[in-house]
Amino acid sequence: MLKDITLGQFFPGTSLAHRLDPRSKIIITVVYIVGLFCAESFVSYGLMAALLVTGVKVSGVAPKALVKGLKPVLFIICFTAVLNLFYTPGEILAQFWVFKITKEGIFTAFFMALRISMLIMGTFLLTYTTSPIALTDGLESLLGPLKKMKVPVHELSMMMSIALRFIPTLIEETDKIMSAQKARGADFESGSLLDRAKALVPILVPLFISAFRRADELAVAMECRCYHGGEGRTKLHVLRYHARDYLVMGAYAAILASVLTLAHFGL
Amino acid sequence: MKPIIRVDNLTHTYGQDTPFCRSAVDGVSLEIMEGEFLGIIGHTGSGKSTLIQHLNGLLRPTSGTVYLGDRDIWADPKKIREVRFQVGLVFQYPEYQLFEETVYKDIAFGPKNMGLSEQEIDRRVRDAAAFVGLDEGLLDKSPFELSGGQKRRVAIAGVIAMEPKVLILDEPSAGLDPAGRRSLLENIRAYHRERGTTVVMVSHSMDEVAENVDRIIVLADAGVVMSGTPHQVFSRAEELVAVGLNVPQVTRVAMELRRRGVAIDPAVYTVAELRRALSALKGGTAVC
Repeated sequence: MLKDITLGQFFPGTSLAHRLDPRSKIIITVVYIVGLFCAESFVSYGLMAALLVTGVKVSGVAPKALVKGLKPVLFIICFTAVLNLFYTPGEILAQFWVFKITKEGIFTAFFMALRISMLIMGTFLLTYTTSPIALTDGLESLLGPLKKMKVPVHELSMMMSIALRFIPTLIEETDKIMSAQKARGADFESGSLLDRAKALVPILVPLFISAFRRADELAVAMECRCYHGGEGRTKLHVLRYHARDYLVMGAYAAILASVLTLAHFGL
Repeated sequence: MKPIIRVDNLTHTYGQDTPFCRSAVDGVSLEIMEGEFLGIIGHTGSGKSTLIQHLNGLLRPTSGTVYLGDRDIWADPKKIREVRFQVGLVFQYPEYQLFEETVYKDIAFGPKNMGLSEQEIDRRVRDAAAFVGLDEGLLDKSPFELSGGQKRRVAIAGVIAMEPKVLILDEPSAGLDPAGRRSLLENIRAYHRERGTTVVMVSHSMDEVAENVDRIIVLADAGVVMSGTPHQVFSRAEELVAVGLNVPQVTRVAMELRRRGVAIDPAVYTVAELRRALSALKGGTAVC
């Protein structure tokens, strides 16, 4: 159950997608999402799908892993698709009781489902090919200008990288504690809702205690290494754009421009 | 002796269908005899922890079967909880799983889940606390006020209180000081002696295993490489070293003596045995 969570998981590799600067990848992903929301026709969706497929091919990530990431949001996808199917006004194809299925509804439902799935797969591609550290580094650098407005960018990105860093640790810890309590006959799967909520106490108490303990230890360890915030802090790996970054970003910009143009002409 | 747990060709693969796919246990078959004190040793990553989590049904084999008595424990997945009451498993660093307000309540968690009567729970809690050497006075304290070693004992008592047929301990003495280590192991030995239940101790410390167990199973690279009495296993000391394990310090002394031409049995593994072996060399007179 817990091992199915793929949030923020990173598959190491050396493909072009892995070697791109994290900033380019973040920009590309944002551009891609904007493109998805502007796409309104088969042609533009086709372009977006082609982009995604190329991205997956280049990254070498198993398509299976991407599809698996869709599982948790399957319900939302189906829900929006069904809503759109029945509640889009237009040319009626079939009708029963209060439900009407329209031609436009079918299209919207299909595109909605496609849009959400592609959006999720696109962002997963980013986290699959970018290590959490690189990701927060990239974000920090991209948000850098906000420092002028007194936004604590460094602190926020530090918090984010610590949080990301500890997700797998805490999941592992939860797994361990669950196993230990199961070994003493704890039952998390049966009984009423109240019983199940109560059954969580033996997991949550040790989990919180260990999270606080870890936080304490981490703070001490950081202090020992003279951490004092972002002021004057330099980086071991300084982010630098390479030719490939400009090339890929240029290609994306061109594709987004064509999608926007297509949308403008109602294609 | 008949086997109480039988593992048949067990394989467990983590992360199937991902780039991280890896078999932690690969085609392992072994038997645990009723009433024996078994040691399982292997270096980090040899599959020890994965293996023992199959014995009480916490993990389901990717392939292969685990028998308790003569029943496949996964024959009826709904009854897997029964298996967990019969095969008590104490995890590594079990003190991190304590959660109740008092030591008493924490030890009672297992027996309570078994649906026992109040009196029976009370008896078991007190018995278990006595076995691990906890004072009656500590029972009403919060487990979080105790020292690390005492917490460890509370957690072990929590499993002993279920009165399992087989008690499995994963590195029970890890992280304790030498005195705490000795006294905890003494408690476990006494428990085994008095209750006559089967005890399985997992460890990577050769000295610890050598001093306590009747039989040793050596794991390396996800499989069983050796099995036998400590004497049999330590007589193959070179092979142990080859799979990345240490031999007991006493055995190392004997090996070294033998290498230098002393005709001593290299499989000695306790101080008493070494003394006997040495005095035999001297012609029967005691050495001090």
